Amino acid sequence: MAEIEVRQLCKEFGDFTAVQSSTFKIEDGEFFMLLGPSGCGKTTTLRMIAGLELPTSGEVLIDGEEVSQKPASQRDIAFVFQMFALYPHMNVRRNISYPLVSQGMPSHQVREKVAEVARILGISDILDRPVSGLSGGDRQRVALGRAIVRDPKCFLMDEPLGALDAEFREHMAEELRSLHDRMGATTVYVTHDQLEAMQMGDKIVVMNHGVVEQFGAPQDIYDKPATLFVASFIGSPSMNFLKFHGRVAAGSTSVEMHYQSLEVPEARAPFEGDMIYGVRPEHVQLNDAGGYRGEIIATEYLGTTQIVTLRTHNGEVKARVPSDRRASVGETVGLSFNGATVTLFDTQSGKAIRSALNEGVLSHG
Amino acid sequence: MSSYSITEPSRRQKWIAAILVVTYAVITMLPLLWIISTGFKSSSDAIAYPPKVAFQPSLEGYVNLFTTQTLQTPEQAEAPPPDTWYGKLVHEKGLAIVGPSRFGERFTNSVIIGFGSTFLSVFLGTLAAYAFSRYRVPLKDDLLFFILSTRMMPPIAVAIPIFLMFRSLGLSDTHLGMILLYTAVNLSLSVWLLKGFMDEIPREYEEAALIDGYTRFQAFTKVVLPQAATGIAATAIFCLIFAWNEYAFAVLLTSGAAQTAPPFIPTIIGVAGQDWPAVAAGATLFLMPVMVFTILLRKHLLRGITFGAVRK
Repeated sequence: MAEIEVRQLCKEFGDFTAVQSSTFKIEDGEFFMLLGPSGCGKTTTLRMIAGLELPTSGEVLIDGEEVSQKPASQRDIAFVFQMFALYPHMNVRRNISYPLVSQGMPSHQVREKVAEVARILGISDILDRPVSGLSGGDRQRVALGRAIVRDPKCFLMDEPLGALDAEFREHMAEELRSLHDRMGATTVYVTHDQLEAMQMGDKIVVMNHGVVEQFGAPQDIYDKPATLFVASFIGSPSMNFLKFHGRVAAGSTSVEMHYQSLEVPEARAPFEGDMIYGVRPEHVQLNDAGGYRGEIIATEYLGTTQIVTLRTHNGEVKARVPSDRRASVGETVGLSFNGATVTLFDTQSGKAIRSALNEGVLSHG
Repeated sequence: MSSYSITEPSRRQKWIAAILVVTYAVITMLPLLWIISTGFKSSSDAIAYPPKVAFQPSLEGYVNLFTTQTLQTPEQAEAPPPDTWYGKLVHEKGLAIVGPSRFGERFTNSVIIGFGSTFLSVFLGTLAAYAFSRYRVPLKDDLLFFILSTRMMPPIAVAIPIFLMFRSLGLSDTHLGMILLYTAVNLSLSVWLLKGFMDEIPREYEEAALIDGYTRFQAFTKVVLPQAATGIAATAIFCLIFAWNEYAFAVLLTSGAAQTAPPFIPTIIGVAGQDWPAVAAGATLFLMPVMVFTILLRKHLLRGITFGAVRK
């Protein structure tokens, strides 16, 4: 298995820059997610790692070896396509054995290997069926079979669950993750689904407009977003953004917003100007004693919790509160925020302002 | 009463459709049947008026097609008829066979030129279509338009320049010349048709093959070509039908060694005027290869000419 490093990777298609100077490192055996909205360059990045696309500039290192200009066939990687791309004129067995045949493996060995892979994936009984009649899940398993049969250095997957229906997707996600844990293979996985990324990934890279916005463990990305984009893309409902004009001094632990002093993690850099006070809905409490007030404009019942939407002086705020907390539309209530979890953003640049909370994450993101 | 359905045609509609289809089939098949039956008529039955539908079948036409005959000399008339059945048939009419006719050669020429140019058109067309479909070709759209523009006038419009070119290049009345000519005419059709088919084949198949350790060329031959088989078959049929049936250039550019069957068949003249049964026999035999080829590839053709309009 392998460790993959991407350095200053760029890809331009004519005037269009698909990927702009991306740098990140994938440790050996990691389940690594490339996350972002469609058109953000995540698939292009993956294809450059695979060798299906040659970068305009930059380096791709697999196990320390520079491979960015090598053809895909020489990189010893496996790729799982969104549409599976099973060879339609071959049956399941031939599809899985195809990569082995290309290496010139003797046929009895191929047969053994295919049988072993089929056993792992639970598809032994469909080996002689044509691929055209298979269900989405079975096609996915055959595509995985074709990928793992070769023991490649790493697996690259381009939204492999995107073509499956919702119910089956969950099941397949678990299967994929447990397969990864059993094989310990480095896996790079592209998705636009933030839940999938959080659920399956050891580490996540969030991309937008061809730029790496943040890179780290799911929890770090959720709790300590480096940019406004990451904060809004991850989490549902997304982080609340309260816009205000103010100042924060290095070492200060509060900001003044609409005549109220609100607690923030200790700032590590001074800032003055238009700011955003970012707080996750679960860190907002409805508190009649609170000085900062808002009017309830909507409630949304979700079973154990409810999402209460309030209008405040600094914009709309969503709070995730227990469902038994009575909240009626039109009521004006006090709000309190869990200051230790707050991130302040510079409105202009969209970047998080350094604080005791996010210092560790920002320095390497 | 059957229940009413929007999509399922009613019994009456099905009957009307069936009658229309059968009527159309009969109308289109009639000339064909007439030619085939004329091939088995005697010379007098062939020109009888009103036309004879029921007649005594005879192989006279086929014998005349394959042999050259002359009036019997007095010695031949007195000698006993030859042993062969066709010799007897000719002898009864007061004629004698002097040798085989040129039909066999002409037919062979048609096979060589027709299939040769079809192979070449489809071979070159497949490679070009693949390149246009998969690579960033500079000026791609202009090149494709240019290729198509060669079909914007009837090819025969340039007959005179081609005639002169062929004469000075020594290509007149050669197999190579005719193969090149038909290939040139068919190539634009073949590139355009095949590009459509190639575009339909998802790139992921090749990419999967590239990652599985195959070269680009292996991915093309092992993954793309089997997928494109339908399109290639449909294109081959179109190319063959054109090259097989082409008449005007064949008349103009061939006269002997490389003459194809179409200009030859109408020139079959019997001892006493136009020999219609022989002409009909020639036309019947001439139909066969394209018919067999088309029937063999019929399944592909039906799927092919819908241009993958229906997603699989």
